[in-house]
Amino acid sequence: MSDLTSLTIAGIREALATKTFSALELTDAYLAAINKANDKFNAYVALTPDKARDMARASDARIAAGEAGALEGVPLGIKDLFCTRGVHSQACSHILDGFKPAYESTVTANLWADGAVMLGKLNMDEFAMGSSNETSYYGPVVNPWRSTGSNADLVPGGSSGGSAAAVAANMCAGATATDTGGSIRQPAAFTGTVGIKPTYGRCSRWGTIAFASSLDQAGPITRTVRDAAILLKSMASVDDKDTTSADVEVPDYETAIGGSVKGLKIGIPKEYRMDGMPAEIEELWQRGIGWYRDAGAEMVDISLPYTKYALPAYYIVAPAEASSNLARYDGVRYGLRVPGDDVIDMYENTRAAGFGQEVKRRVLIGTYVLSAGYYDAYYLRAQKVRTLIKKDFEDAFDAGIDAILTPATPSAAFGIAEMATASPVEMYLNDIFTVTVNMAGLPGIAVPAGLDNAGLPLALQLIGRPFDEAMLFRTGQVIEDAAGRFVPERWW
Amino acid sequence: MPIAETRNTNPKNLISGATGDWEVIIGLEVHAQVLSASKLFSGASTEFGGEPNDHVSLVDAAMPGMLPVINEECVKQAVRTGLGLKAKINHRSVFARKNYFYPDLPQGYQISQFDQPIIGEGEIIVEVGPDRQGEFEEIRVGVERLHLEQDAGKSLHDQHPTMSYVDLNRSGVALMEIVSKPDMRSSEEAKAYINKVRTILRYLGTSDADMEKGNLRADVNVSVRRPGEPFGIRSEIKNVNSLRFAGQAIDYEARRQIGVLEDGGVVDQETRLFDPAKGETRSMRSKEEAHDYRYFPDPDLLPLEFDDAFVEALKADLPELPDEKRERFQSDFGLSAYDTDILVSDRAIADYFEAVADGRDAKQAANWVINDLLGHLKKAGETIETTPVSAAQLGALLDLQSEDVISGKIAKDVFEIMFSEGGDPRDIVEARGLTQVTDTGAIEKLVDEVIAANADKVAQVAEKPSMIGWFVGQVMKASQGKANPQAVNKLLKDKLGLD
Repeated sequence: MSDLTSLTIAGIREALATKTFSALELTDAYLAAINKANDKFNAYVALTPDKARDMARASDARIAAGEAGALEGVPLGIKDLFCTRGVHSQACSHILDGFKPAYESTVTANLWADGAVMLGKLNMDEFAMGSSNETSYYGPVVNPWRSTGSNADLVPGGSSGGSAAAVAANMCAGATATDTGGSIRQPAAFTGTVGIKPTYGRCSRWGTIAFASSLDQAGPITRTVRDAAILLKSMASVDDKDTTSADVEVPDYETAIGGSVKGLKIGIPKEYRMDGMPAEIEELWQRGIGWYRDAGAEMVDISLPYTKYALPAYYIVAPAEASSNLARYDGVRYGLRVPGDDVIDMYENTRAAGFGQEVKRRVLIGTYVLSAGYYDAYYLRAQKVRTLIKKDFEDAFDAGIDAILTPATPSAAFGIAEMATASPVEMYLNDIFTVTVNMAGLPGIAVPAGLDNAGLPLALQLIGRPFDEAMLFRTGQVIEDAAGRFVPERWW
Repeated sequence: MPIAETRNTNPKNLISGATGDWEVIIGLEVHAQVLSASKLFSGASTEFGGEPNDHVSLVDAAMPGMLPVINEECVKQAVRTGLGLKAKINHRSVFARKNYFYPDLPQGYQISQFDQPIIGEGEIIVEVGPDRQGEFEEIRVGVERLHLEQDAGKSLHDQHPTMSYVDLNRSGVALMEIVSKPDMRSSEEAKAYINKVRTILRYLGTSDADMEKGNLRADVNVSVRRPGEPFGIRSEIKNVNSLRFAGQAIDYEARRQIGVLEDGGVVDQETRLFDPAKGETRSMRSKEEAHDYRYFPDPDLLPLEFDDAFVEALKADLPELPDEKRERFQSDFGLSAYDTDILVSDRAIADYFEAVADGRDAKQAANWVINDLLGHLKKAGETIETTPVSAAQLGALLDLQSEDVISGKIAKDVFEIMFSEGGDPRDIVEARGLTQVTDTGAIEKLVDEVIAANADKVAQVAEKPSMIGWFVGQVMKASQGKANPQAVNKLLKDKLGLD
């Protein structure tokens, strides 16, 4: 029954409805796949097989009773950033050792309410800080993709590396992920999967461990654009417990798929043509432009002049918020505590041992930029830049642009430890095409669009108007239809 | 921006040092717990007491992924208070994080308001006094701002030999911080200001402002200068929790600063603590050691916005405030400034007085409430809330007097009984046979007896008519106080041949 794990969510829905197999059979197939492969990928940091089977049995009962939910029986992996009741929820950090929350995040609660099945918790960069999943306390995740003719392990991207790898390697039908500066879209691009970061406020942040509150957004990673539409529909909701969540109706995104793009205006921002960008990325972009032109869309050259300031501004705003958000990990109430001579000593010992190097770096940066005398020069200015970036997009959309097409990443996946000696800024450049979207609070989707010369997946990104994720599903499907799907060759 | 000078130097406030006179400058930050059923950003109860950590939500404990949600009632209370302080209501304000580490601060930051508070400038009229002549001085103290913020939890250091425990019951409870301008010039003024703030808050019902429960605390900013010179360097005395301590702390700190300056030193800008046991202030941390709180807007909370209608609805329901009540009592009842100040100092006292005065002689009612009721309450350690004599009962007592059923003296006795034993005055008067004797025949008999038994005094009263008072006293005594004094007086005059 190993074929079961290659089905899309849409496929599962149909098969369960027609009783081709049971939800329990499907979950067992996934559990078997995980047992077989997780040692190689390190995608899961905690498995919940008993819970999964219980949930699958309950799904079968509801299907039999004709009460199936929108995600009935669909086995999902959950990023470790989401709090799940009684289950490992540690943001893959040492400092949250042993933390099992007494509550369930709104996003995961929405999924279970729609009948989904939880397989376990997925690896990620510690506190979602990273672009390669190498900062996890639980070690790096291995990308199911390998360069042609090579056995070298590659990174799956980050921070949602476990989510992307698990989806690509058929260890879950879909996964939850989060995106603060590109953490859904970049790993999706590196693994040939689809990832959408919805509009800020679309998904509740309640119960999701915070990295940078004004940028964090949950979204799905899936194998197809349609699956992303199905999953996001269930994840999204307004939430009384998160006052930054938006009371905007969540449409049935699936109905947008297959819609014609004829006459749509697709913007091509010139500022995304970076110096030293690999020719392969430019070619991919041009190929994408061609597909839309062929489909009858109008391609429009646009300018987003403040793009170049997005990354530096992001690396002020995000660490600033993180430095404050991570202050609660002090060894007093939960997680790791390393004793000390007095309380200050205990704080220092706990945080020194509990946080990894990248987290410490960002806490230090954040503390610095918020300090008296530096606030105006850094944080306040970065917020002003943010307003200008937002305005760039507003101007484009006001001029009638329906969606903006860009590359998703400046390269394909790189080797594990390959960036170990690089400066942090080189790693940060991975997010050069994605951070602007977070800074502006807009929705963005990464859709696999081709392979590079080494046979590794590359993706294009579509950016939409606030709360117009439907447009991204509609336009994203064009890429999937033209480029086809990308599945790694099975070596495990 | 230079701080505006709003007061003229009053010589009576000056402190004389070894080298001349000094003037003390005081500004206050009053922290008042908002009266609300639940906390500022969580649904946990604000109930006082309970076992440690009984009233703690996931948000208060800063569990991972928890988010604050503003409690609308706390916002309303802040706006009501702003209206009561005649202050500017900011229709848009911003919550900011004040970052510092402390075990009883679970988030690692306090959610407060920094550069955009909910309430802007206002003014409080403060009655200082009475002085030895019984006079009050009215001063005006500017309010700089009022903002909403979270309270912290409490560290318990006496529960374990080597560890401290943390109680988060107060963590996240809403506080209003009311910041005054540096407009006070003596500890008396500062105490009167705190007292007035407390009165206003209690009138509004926005805080119970109970200092004993820690629901009203003050940070006191003190500096000294030569009269007419610019403001000096100030120190801040943290967390003063009684009026008396506030006065002591200010007087001590002013003296200390004067001593430093007169010795040729400079005052450090620092944070100090008041030690009530020793009656002194001590340095807590210097300016150099001051925390860098790294304030920034809380990204978990949208700016707090409301419209005119929101404010107007609250304004419409605002109770009468002490200043307006004072004016009304003086103009409608003709009460003295002294009496009015006492009556309006507490909304419950004012309400009690009005109930007693309703349909009766207001001055008489005021006298009874101030002299008898409040006097007895104070002696018994009770408050207006726990008074054994209700306003209706006191009113009935006044009625008995005006109906000539009892004399003023008997009324005092009846009040004693009502206060110590309880009961309705009419029942007491009836049961104990205290009804005033107005039967002229019975009184005349007593008068005759007294005159007959005191021939010597009868002779003297002819010389000195004011001695009639002695006769009245004797007759009253013989009647056990029940004779109508006017009737006694008239009969005596007739019989003694006084006009």
